[in-house]
Order: sequence, then structure tokens, then C-alpha cells
Amino acid sequence: MNQRAQRTWVLAGIFLFIAIVYIVRLFNVQVLDQGYKMDADNNVLRKVIKYPARGLIYDRKGQLLVYNEAAYDLMVIPSQVEESMDTLEFCALLEMDKVTFIDKITKAKNYSIYKASIFEKEISTKSYAKIQEQLFKYPGFFVQRRTLRTYPERSAPHILGYVGEVSPSIIEGNPYYKSGDHIGISGIEKTYEEVLRGKRGIEIQMVDVFNRTKGKFKDGLFDTAAVSGSDLQLTIDNELQRYGEYLMQNKKGSVVAIEPSTGEILALISMPTYDPNLLVGRARSVNYKQLSIDSLNPLFNRALMAKYPPGSTFKSINALIGLEEEVLTPNTKYSCKLGYRSGRFHMGCHSHQSPVDLEFSIQTSCNAYYSNVFRSIIDKYPTAEEGYEVWHEYVKSFGLGQKTGIDLPNELQGFIPKPEYYDRYYGKGNWGSLTIVSLAIGQGELGFTPMQMANMTATIANRGFYISPHIVKSVSNQQRGVMDSVIQREEVGIAKEHFEHVVEAMHKVVEEGTGRSARIDSLEVCGKTGTVQNPHGDDHSTFIAFAPKDDPKIAISVYVENGYWGSRWAAPIAGLMMEKYLRDTISRPEIEERMVNGNLINPQIVLNEEE
Amino acid sequence: MRKNSSAIERMDWMLVALFFVLIVAGWLNIYAAVYNEEFTSIFDTSQRYGKQLLWMGTSVVIATVVMLIDERFFSTFGYLIYGLIVFLLLLVIFIGAETKGATSWFSVGGFKIQPSEFSKFATNLALAKYLSTLNINIKKFKTKLLAFAIICVPAVLILLQNDTGSALIYGSFILVLYREGLSGNILLIGVTAAILFVVTLLLQAEVYQMPFDLALGGASLLIVCITVLLALVYYLQRKQKRIIWLLVVIWTGCFGLIKSVDYVFSEVLEPHQSKRINVLLGLESDPHGAGYNVNQSLIAIGSGGLTGKGYLKGTQTKYDFVPEQSTDFIFCTIGEEWGFLGSTMVIILFMALLLRILFVCMRQRSTFAQIYGYGLAAILFFHFAINIGMTIGLAPVIGIPLPFFSYGGSSLWGFTLLLFIFIKMDADRLEVL
Repeated sequence: MNQRAQRTWVLAGIFLFIAIVYIVRLFNVQVLDQGYKMDADNNVLRKVIKYPARGLIYDRKGQLLVYNEAAYDLMVIPSQVEESMDTLEFCALLEMDKVTFIDKITKAKNYSIYKASIFEKEISTKSYAKIQEQLFKYPGFFVQRRTLRTYPERSAPHILGYVGEVSPSIIEGNPYYKSGDHIGISGIEKTYEEVLRGKRGIEIQMVDVFNRTKGKFKDGLFDTAAVSGSDLQLTIDNELQRYGEYLMQNKKGSVVAIEPSTGEILALISMPTYDPNLLVGRARSVNYKQLSIDSLNPLFNRALMAKYPPGSTFKSINALIGLEEEVLTPNTKYSCKLGYRSGRFHMGCHSHQSPVDLEFSIQTSCNAYYSNVFRSIIDKYPTAEEGYEVWHEYVKSFGLGQKTGIDLPNELQGFIPKPEYYDRYYGKGNWGSLTIVSLAIGQGELGFTPMQMANMTATIANRGFYISPHIVKSVSNQQRGVMDSVIQREEVGIAKEHFEHVVEAMHKVVEEGTGRSARIDSLEVCGKTGTVQNPHGDDHSTFIAFAPKDDPKIAISVYVENGYWGSRWAAPIAGLMMEKYLRDTISRPEIEERMVNGNLINPQIVLNEEE
Repeated sequence: MRKNSSAIERMDWMLVALFFVLIVAGWLNIYAAVYNEEFTSIFDTSQRYGKQLLWMGTSVVIATVVMLIDERFFSTFGYLIYGLIVFLLLLVIFIGAETKGATSWFSVGGFKIQPSEFSKFATNLALAKYLSTLNINIKKFKTKLLAFAIICVPAVLILLQNDTGSALIYGSFILVLYREGLSGNILLIGVTAAILFVVTLLLQAEVYQMPFDLALGGASLLIVCITVLLALVYYLQRKQKRIIWLLVVIWTGCFGLIKSVDYVFSEVLEPHQSKRINVLLGLESDPHGAGYNVNQSLIAIGSGGLTGKGYLKGTQTKYDFVPEQSTDFIFCTIGEEWGFLGSTMVIILFMALLLRILFVCMRQRSTFAQIYGYGLAAILFFHFAINIGMTIGLAPVIGIPLPFFSYGGSSLWGFTLLLFIFIKMDADRLEVL
């Protein structure tokens, strides 16, 4: 045999050698070593997601507003479910009928035969206790722990928001989320989602053929711990918030209270309100639907999303602008003969003594005075556009007509027309201060949110600046003001001494003027009433206020829809809330009772709204 | 024309029979690997087993075509086919689709074609053609170089596609070169170097306590041992003065190799590749990645016992524990469901195939056909050894299929072509002058 042929045998030899080695190895692994068989028995691996505890939410005093309660999802892996399982017994345990059972199994199979899916969401703790013991009879079924939000105080649903399951489009857009995760959908839960959500963990369990957990796979080597979300402390004073919701019951409107020196929001109320516990867990869809078709729009956050004209409360602003523009001094007087007349134009005013100086004009809320003031501001400049532009800039510097940047979603910008707006509407050069004089008394095209009004009030209280309003005080004990550059101090370009005049006048409003119903004996309160024209029904009642006059601790804006006079509903409510906040007592319980019992929601008005 | 039709009559029935047995067994196993109760029809073409049936059918068509082609087709066009495939390999790098990090597929109207599967038979053709040229002498340097080039060009292109596994199989051609006269020493040196490499890897992480309070790292210890060994050889053979040069060369080679292991391991190999080698050697447990695969594979195979759990009853398979069940790890299904007896049966089948090929090689009159046959055997052997070895923890995890068993159209077509060209050449062996 030549050398080449020999080599063929070498090749054959190599082949056979490997084959024999492999056969020996196989013999060892399959026949001799029992370890693998045991591993296989224990080898059904189950991945259990450890959902993190969502961050808790507290009010400024440490009162717990939102916490988590345990809930249990019943999961199923269709491929592991046995044909021979006792469905009747199973259904009895879950209090489910057979048809539903078949539906759910089919749904799970359509999702995936091999992957776990939710068979029954959030079974009650009672069901869980019953089922847990019997689960071994039903291979393929297991329980996964979840948490659900609980609201012990039931207040501030618009601020807190709610949590729901993540939608497919969100999963597509954000790789962190997986099907079944929860995500904040509105309110704080949404804006602080990333802070609150924590981090998912995973536990890999070994389960034997009898569906019993045999322990953790590789002693938990691959497990990752869930990381709880960070806790939030809000600037909200829960007692004040609840008190406001209590006073405002059966009325539509909004109350926003701020601490002027810090921009911290003490209360943010939108009425009618709802119990936040309604939008939790399984019941959420049904309840949400009901709430959303309610014609009074309880889900709608009026504090941030409703635009109202400011009404007479705006006169303070015009006064300040007038003083700064030097078209006005505290002693400037104008006459008012039941209103303001110019040519054929007439703006009405209620009866009061005449002529009127600055302080009295605010005290008694005189329309004629401000028509004059506004016109003189505009007419100071060569064209109405220029004058209006200047006026417009002042108004904006109070944070009006723009978003305050508060850390809640869906804030409206509000509306204050730019000069171009009037140019387009009337034609360039075709309008003047008289055309738009309704702006003098806070009517016309102006539309501001209660949030913006409260911020404006805080600016007056501070005598010329405001701090960006915000609702979260700290995140896991890290002070926001210190670390967050978003919170800034904004100055209005108006001298401090002008503010003092207006503040004094606003004090008179409450002491002797239209805002008497907000008077508190032990405090120096400053305020301004407003009656907002409403083409669809009764006028709205509004009031802005702050107290104490010097070194104010609270600035508040109240809107009561269809409340008519500012002094009738908005002012007393503001007064009561401030007294409660500053003194923790109520000295005029009869007023409190009248407010609480007030019911402005009646069919007549509902009809008007629907027009 | 008459002689062509009778090629089918003259083809080696044993090889053809083995071919059919293997692809049918493979098909049944893919069914078991992918099985779920929802789709029970084995003919369902939306599932892999249905698709595999399609591939099987088309393979038979390809095989028939090959049998009917004029036998001089392959010898004449050997280089041309090779060139075409090389071109495709180059093309796929630029316009191919990427799967799992490798750009090795063309997507053509919903089907995926992998040129690297076809380059196996093309390279074999070209190499066989080259080595069967008249008066070729492998001992000449130029011959070695050209043969080497024919093998390496496709291999490198496949490496560039990031498909290291498929590139490695070209190493199997060394057996062909050996059979055709390449010095056996090269094989020996290769094996020794590999052993040294592995031993170094195993030892280098350790530190050994020596007498006289010396502590030696594993690599250094190895060098010391080799030095001592070589010195001993010198002492015993000191009569032959020349041997000292040989020993010095060997020592230098070993030293260089040992020292370079670390460099090669960390700089040349990709991290996942070095990881797999570590896992194989037991130096590292990689529970999530390659280590997990092998662990699951061993569990699946090991739990099969002597006779297996029965067809379609493999729990590990059923619950998808073993990744790549229908492709790279298809052997697990056999191991689990048919046990030791079944697994051995499959190994015997493959052995039968390989040995039959060698036997058929020996009766070839044409050197071209003979060399081609050795190439065929080498390639099939390499796939078989690495793939099965991988599933039982004796070879590193490299993504290469088990011929005729693993799911895959390109793979099945490639092997069918590889095999049937040989069957055809054998059927016409009596036509050779």
C-alpha cells in the first residue's frame, strides 16, 4: 500500500476516534450520570417579574397622600396547562364561569403559547389566599405580585393624577417599558414618572413538573432586585386642599393658593372633583368612562386648563402699569357717572361716590376709573399699536398669557392678544384705545388660567417678583429649590413703591370695600373682587387675595362659576381658606356653613353649557 | 445521452440511501424540536418542518439535475464556479442583510440565501481540480501556496462577514492536503500547538507554590517544564550534535506560543469567542450566554437516559429550554427523545456515511474525483465533529449546522450539492480513461 493510501486510513482512523470519544461521552452523560436527569426535572424555569414599589407621595407636612397596596395577577402559560385539569373546580375557586374561562385561555394562547400572560388581573386578596394553596393542581398557572395605588386622603386627584397600564405605542417608543408595566398617565404621576417608577427586577424560579416552586435558579444568581421608586414630597398642604374642596362642593370652579416667597403651591383645586381611588386597577376603565361622560367634566383640571377672563381683579394690574408709566399717581382722580362715556360709547359702573382716586377706585372697583387709566397708558404712545405693545409686555411680565412652567402636564398658555391680533381683526391703524377698552376691566379677549391668576397675586404680594410656581418640594429628600435650575425668580419691571399703593388699596377692599366678606379680624388681608361676564349663563364670581399684608404667607385665586358677584362666593371662600391656613380656626362658622351648603350646579346652568 | 440516464442507475445506492435516511430523520427531528400542540400537521409550511420538507423536495430536484448533467461539467467549470461563488461572497458583505451580527445572507423575494453554504462545494471543486493537475507536487512551495490560497480566499471573505464559525470549517481541508502528500508533521505540529495553547490557558491563571519559597505563575511553570523536558531529550540524544538546533527551535516555538496566548486571547479573539473557549475549558461559567446553551443542551441530552423520553415527548425540547433547537442544537432533540441508543445510532449513521465516502474514494480512477471525495469527507466530518461536540460540551460553541439534520435551505442545498456531485462523479467513474 503506498503512502497515499495509508493516509486514507489515517483519515478513517481520525473519524472513528472522534466517533468513539463522543459515544463514550454520551454514555457518560446519558446513562451513567444521573445529575442531568434531575436537572431536567427541576428545569422548568419561570421568570417572575418583580415589580418595584412606586414612589410614595407626601404633602408638605409629611401627610401620606399616595401609597401602594399589594395586588395579585393570576398568570398562565398555555403550553404548560394540562388538558386534564379540573376546569370546574378551578372556575369555582375563582368565581368565574366556564365560558369566561375558555375565552381567557384562548386569549392567552393567541398572545403566545409559551410565554406567560395575564389570565386574571388583580384578583382580590381573598381569592389569592384561596387559590394559592390549590395552585399545584393546575400546572401552567401562577401568581405574580403587583402594586396598586391607594389614596387615603382622597384629595387632589387632579394634582396626583393616576396610573395605568402602558400602551403598545409607548412600549414602541421607549425601550424601558414592557407589556404589563404601569405608567403615570396624568398629574404628578406623569411628570415624575421616571422618578416614581423605580426599576423592575426579575426572579428566576425553578419549578418542577408538579408546578411547585423548587427555589431560585442557580440560587438567585441571575435575579435582579427591584429598586423602589423615589418618594416625592409635594408643596401642597393637604388640610388646606381638603378644606377648599369641602367649601367648593356642589360648585364648579377652581382655587389655587401659593406661598408667594417660594412659589410653592399650597393648594390646587378644580371642582367638581372625584375620588382618585376610582381610577385604580380593574375598575378604572369603567369609572373613567363614567367620569368622562359626566357633563360637569370632573376630570378636567380647571386650575390649569380653563381660561377665564380675569374680570375686575385685573384692575390692580392696570393700576400698577399706569403708575409705572407715569400716566397715573395715587392722587389722580376721575369722575364716574354710573360709568364711563366717550362719544357714543358707554361702559356701565355701579353706583358709588365720585370723583374717585386710585385707592378708592380699587376699593370700590370702579370701571370708569380704569377705562381712563387704560386709555391713557395706550394713548401715551404715538400709535395704539405701540402703546398696546408696551402694555402687553407689562402684563406678560406678571406671568400672564404664558405657561407658568409648573411641573404638571397639560398646562394651558392662556391668551392675551398681540398687537397683530387687533391689526388683523380691525385692520391696521383702524383701532385705538377705545376699541379695546374692555381690557381695562379685565374683560374682552383676555383668558387666563386660575394658576396664572394666583401667580399674578403672588407677584403683587411680593411687591414685584414671583418665583416659578411648582408643586414638588423635594424628591427623596433632595430639596428641589436648591438643585433645580428651572425654578427662577422673575421680576416685573415696576417699582416697589407703586406696589405699596396698590397693596394698601387692596387692603381697603377687604376692610371697607367690595371684598368685606373676606375680612378676617385677626389678620390684615388684601384682595380684589371680580365679576366675570359669562355669555352662557350667570356671571362667574372671582377673588384674588393675600395675607398678611406685610410678609404675606399665602396668595390665593378663587373662581366660582356662575357665582355672580365676586363678593358673594369667591371672596368668602378665599377668606375662610386663608384663615384656616394661617390661624387654623374659623371665626365665622355661619359663613362657612353658607359656603358649604351652596349649590350652584343645577339643571338650568347645565342646559346653558350644552348650548 | 443514454449513458447519462444510466448514471442514476449506476450511482452508489448506499450513499444515496444514507442521504435519504439522514434527511428524513432530520426532518422528523425538526418537527419534534419545533413542535407545539397548535400546529400539528407536519406538512404545515408556515412552520419550519413544513419548510424543511420544501427544502428536501428541492434538494432532491437539485440532486437529480446534478446526476443528469454531463460529467465533464464540473471538471471543466470548476474554477469558474469557484470564481462566481467568491464574487457572491464578496457581494454579500456589501449588500447582504444582517442576522445576529453576521452579514451573510441575501434576501431574495422572501427567501434567504447564504453564499457561504455554497462556497463549500465550490472550494472543494476548485481545490480538487488544482490538486489533480498533472505533475502537481504538494511538496513544492508554490503548490502549497496556491492550494492554501484557494482555501483561504473564501475563508477570509466569510470571516469578513463576521461568520467565524463558517470560516473555521475551511480548516478541514488540511486533511485533504495531508492525504495528498502534505507532510504529516504539519498536522502533528498543529495538534501539539493546539494542546499547548489549551494547557497554557488552563494553567496561566494559577499560581503554584514551589520549594524554596518560590511562586510561579502557570505559564512560567509550563516553560520551566518544557525546558526541563527538552534538556532531558538532549541529554539522552546528545550523541547527535545536530539535535541541539532542533531542540532550540522547538523551545523558541513553545516559548513564543505560550507568551502569545494571552495576547491572542485578549486582542485577537472577540470577547464572545474567548468567552466560549473559557467556558469550554471550565475556566468560566457563562450562565447567560454560551455557557447557558451548553448547560441546557447537556441537560436535555443527559435527561434522555438510555432509551430517551419518546418521540415528541422531550420536556426540555417542548419548553424551549435549548436555544437554536432546530438549527445548531438539533442533536439535543435526538439525545433527549431517543436517548443513548438513538444518539449512538445517529453517530453510527454519520460514520457510515463518512467511511462509505472514503471507500468510494479509493475506487476512483480520476484523481479529481478522488480528491473531491476526500474534501467531501473532511467537510462533513468537521461539521459533524464540532456540531455534536458542541452539544455535549466537548467543543466550543461555534455556529455551524449538522449536515442534513439542521433546519436551513441554503445549508441543505449546499450539502446536497456537495454530496451528489461526488455521487455523480463516482457513477461515471468507469468513463474515465
